[in-house]
Amino acid sequence: MNTEKKQVVIIGGGPAGLAAAVALHDLGVKDLLIVEREKHLGGILRQCIHDGFGLTRFKESLSGPEYARRFIDEVEKRNISYITETTVIELTEDRIVRAASKKGLLTWQADAVVLSMGCRERTRGALQIPGERPGGVYTAGVAQSYINLYNTMVGKKVVILGSGDIGLIMARRLTLEGAKVEGVYEILPYPSGLERNVEQCLNDFGIPLHLSHTVTKIHGGRRVEGVTISQVDQERNPIPGKETYIPCDTLVLSVGLIPENELSKMAKVELDSRTNGPRVDASYQTSTPGIFAAGNVLHVHDLVDYVSMEAERLAKGVVDHLKGATSKESCIPVLAGEGITYVLPQQIGDDQEPLLSMRVQRPAENIAVVVRQGEKELARLELEEALPAEMIQILLDPEKIKSDQPMEVYVR
Amino acid sequence: MKKYDVLVIGGGVVGSAIARELSRYQLKIGVLEKNPDVCLEMSARNSAVLHGGFAYEIGTNKAALCVEGCMEFDEVARELDVPFIRTGKVLVGNTPEDMESLKETLRIGKINGAVGLEIIDEKRLKELVPAVEGSFALLSPMSGILDPFQYTIGLAENAVKNGARYHLMREVTGIHREEDGTYKVETSKEDFRTKWVINAAGLGAVKISEMLGITGYKMGGTRGHYIVLDKAVGDLLPMPVYPVPSTTYMGIHVTPTVEGNVTVGPDADRVTDLANYGVEQHNMDYLVEDASTLWPHIHRKDFIRNYAGIQPTWLDREGPMKDFVIEAREDVPNTVNLIGIESPGLTAALPVARRAVQLLVEREKPEMNSNFDPTRKRIQRFAEATPEEQAELIRENPDYGEIICRCESVTKAEVLDAIHNPLGVETMIGMKYRTRSMMGRCQGGYCQMRIAQLLQEEKGLDVTQVLYAREESELFSGRVR
Repeated sequence: MNTEKKQVVIIGGGPAGLAAAVALHDLGVKDLLIVEREKHLGGILRQCIHDGFGLTRFKESLSGPEYARRFIDEVEKRNISYITETTVIELTEDRIVRAASKKGLLTWQADAVVLSMGCRERTRGALQIPGERPGGVYTAGVAQSYINLYNTMVGKKVVILGSGDIGLIMARRLTLEGAKVEGVYEILPYPSGLERNVEQCLNDFGIPLHLSHTVTKIHGGRRVEGVTISQVDQERNPIPGKETYIPCDTLVLSVGLIPENELSKMAKVELDSRTNGPRVDASYQTSTPGIFAAGNVLHVHDLVDYVSMEAERLAKGVVDHLKGATSKESCIPVLAGEGITYVLPQQIGDDQEPLLSMRVQRPAENIAVVVRQGEKELARLELEEALPAEMIQILLDPEKIKSDQPMEVYVR
Repeated sequence: MKKYDVLVIGGGVVGSAIARELSRYQLKIGVLEKNPDVCLEMSARNSAVLHGGFAYEIGTNKAALCVEGCMEFDEVARELDVPFIRTGKVLVGNTPEDMESLKETLRIGKINGAVGLEIIDEKRLKELVPAVEGSFALLSPMSGILDPFQYTIGLAENAVKNGARYHLMREVTGIHREEDGTYKVETSKEDFRTKWVINAAGLGAVKISEMLGITGYKMGGTRGHYIVLDKAVGDLLPMPVYPVPSTTYMGIHVTPTVEGNVTVGPDADRVTDLANYGVEQHNMDYLVEDASTLWPHIHRKDFIRNYAGIQPTWLDREGPMKDFVIEAREDVPNTVNLIGIESPGLTAALPVARRAVQLLVEREKPEMNSNFDPTRKRIQRFAEATPEEQAELIRENPDYGEIICRCESVTKAEVLDAIHNPLGVETMIGMKYRTRSMMGRCQGGYCQMRIAQLLQEEKGLDVTQVLYAREESELFSGRVR
């Protein structure tokens, strides 16, 4: 079988892959290839026909396809090669990439690989919701794709479990298409999605949001006939006697996204149990040398703008790697402390300028996020309001990093 | 009205095995199945284990047919291209009482003819299954695991290949013996006429039996729940691990699947509704708690699905039935009545079918079908091929180069093969059982919509005609307005 050499192979032509390609090209890397399994570039943005994308990156509100188009245009302007309808099925530690396409099996030996495969949705099976297994249970992204890409309606009377952003957006979308959304039920005492989506997708349409509630049973053996909703206590356990039966024909699940790292595992890339994505250093290099990761495959983002910007930052690390300037001595651990769910990167080199990305564990007001190394405070970010739904970023000054002691990020 | 020599009622593993065995003879064979596919009930909802035959009362059909089915399975798996691994199986114990119980099981097993049984110590147990918790075990080296979907589909497709006809979504509503001695079988869609009726209706067997005029059987049910774990833990379980069985129940076990997943279960809940496959929270909690003492690798992050199966409990006039009934009564001529075919029905399906067919052959004396071909090929799986073979598959058929299901690497060629299968099926579950698409960790998040689209295109279905599993389980309510 023929193996073709490539400087950089980018796996996935969604927002992360596209932005990485453009940035790499602009840094002088011309021998690169984007491998995309769909017919078109753009990734999941293609089915996100609502607006609100690009407010940070472009200072204007774009739809998903419009946002993707900005980057696809840049890719095409630079004649960056890409190949569609081609699915990577194997990735080795030595950066051999094998893909299936109608033209045959394709194999590349890459100097560097960029992982930008995005994420998948958590399913009913992962939640283990009791009841039968009728038709009419969809994850929010699948429902979105049926409606927006396949012109197909999934149901008429809908209950949404989980207040993730896609669920909130689908509440509005289903309503606009004539379905009755009975309500959005969230097990946590606060919404999982962005505040602006709660406002624009639920409140503007009179769709109720029930916090501290979850679905405890699905009824119907053929098509969904209804769901039992239960109020939950502080430990998220259903409170007996606090059940309501809601008749509906459809249950839409918006209960979280999981970075899609099956290929990463093949290449022995170490994963972080908190993010479910690779452990990286400040240049977004994973534990497998020459393999980099950005976007939702690394950690699930709130805004696509940050996905693009992260992938753009990654490009510099890839270029350094290609030049052989391996700053693999990334030995300073970065730890998530009190009040922080996770922080990225998980370790940094003392010569790197790290952008720390993190999430708080619970909603809070008037807090400070502090980065500390030993007794020394490296950075501090004062926030009037912090929500787990919203990613927080802090750019560290490399001059301030003096020792190789672990860093800790915490809320105070 | 369609006319047959034999109508088999029920297209599960037993009905399909009967149809296949009948097709060795020159007979016009029809199979009536109420569901849109052949493995939606007992045949699909079980532990997928090939049993060794040591757990059944000495002298019963169950014991004899189980051992027979177990010993011959390599051959049928080869003929029908069914994924099957003779893994062996251990029943794990810790206490002196457990040891006594295992010794008794060993004694019974030997008399039943189960081959190779032995009691092994902790060291040997740890060698066989390092991740297991236990002090000693009964090892059954002939036990194994198989793909129950492929087995049922394989039997059915082979029967079709040899001339049988399947009529899906035909629920039998009445059976009448006509003056000329033939039977009129009424279904939810149309009526059929036949000389012989074979009742292989599984959970519906008592109802069909009564329609035939054979009364005196009753059925209750036990619902067992299962959790399916991700392939990530598959390597930690090379063979099924069971606790020491009680007299009534095999106990909650952990079982590898031929695809590399692990199933946990079943428990046993008495139920009266034999059509409800609902799963309750407390059942799942209990499964995890109980099975973790045997095999401590059951973690929430690996849960990808759960399901329930109904194990019927049968009664006749004398009380609880302990054995399979395979009968051809002279007072109800030209019928074969199968009652009580529960576990080990999957293992014993073929021997059960031979006994049932023999009862017809003795009386009817049909000519042999000289064209009978016992083989069938399942859909060629891209994911199982070597890179060289994959390249060759794509060269021959470019649809092998289009991955539709990312978790299981199922290609468009396989999905198209499944859509155009010999039985004809229009459900997502039908695709799933034939290709493994939608069975992986994303549960169809990526591929379901592509498959639904292909089904519509290839079968010319309207958007509202695509079914999830059973009748009236439509996936879509229509087009976007």
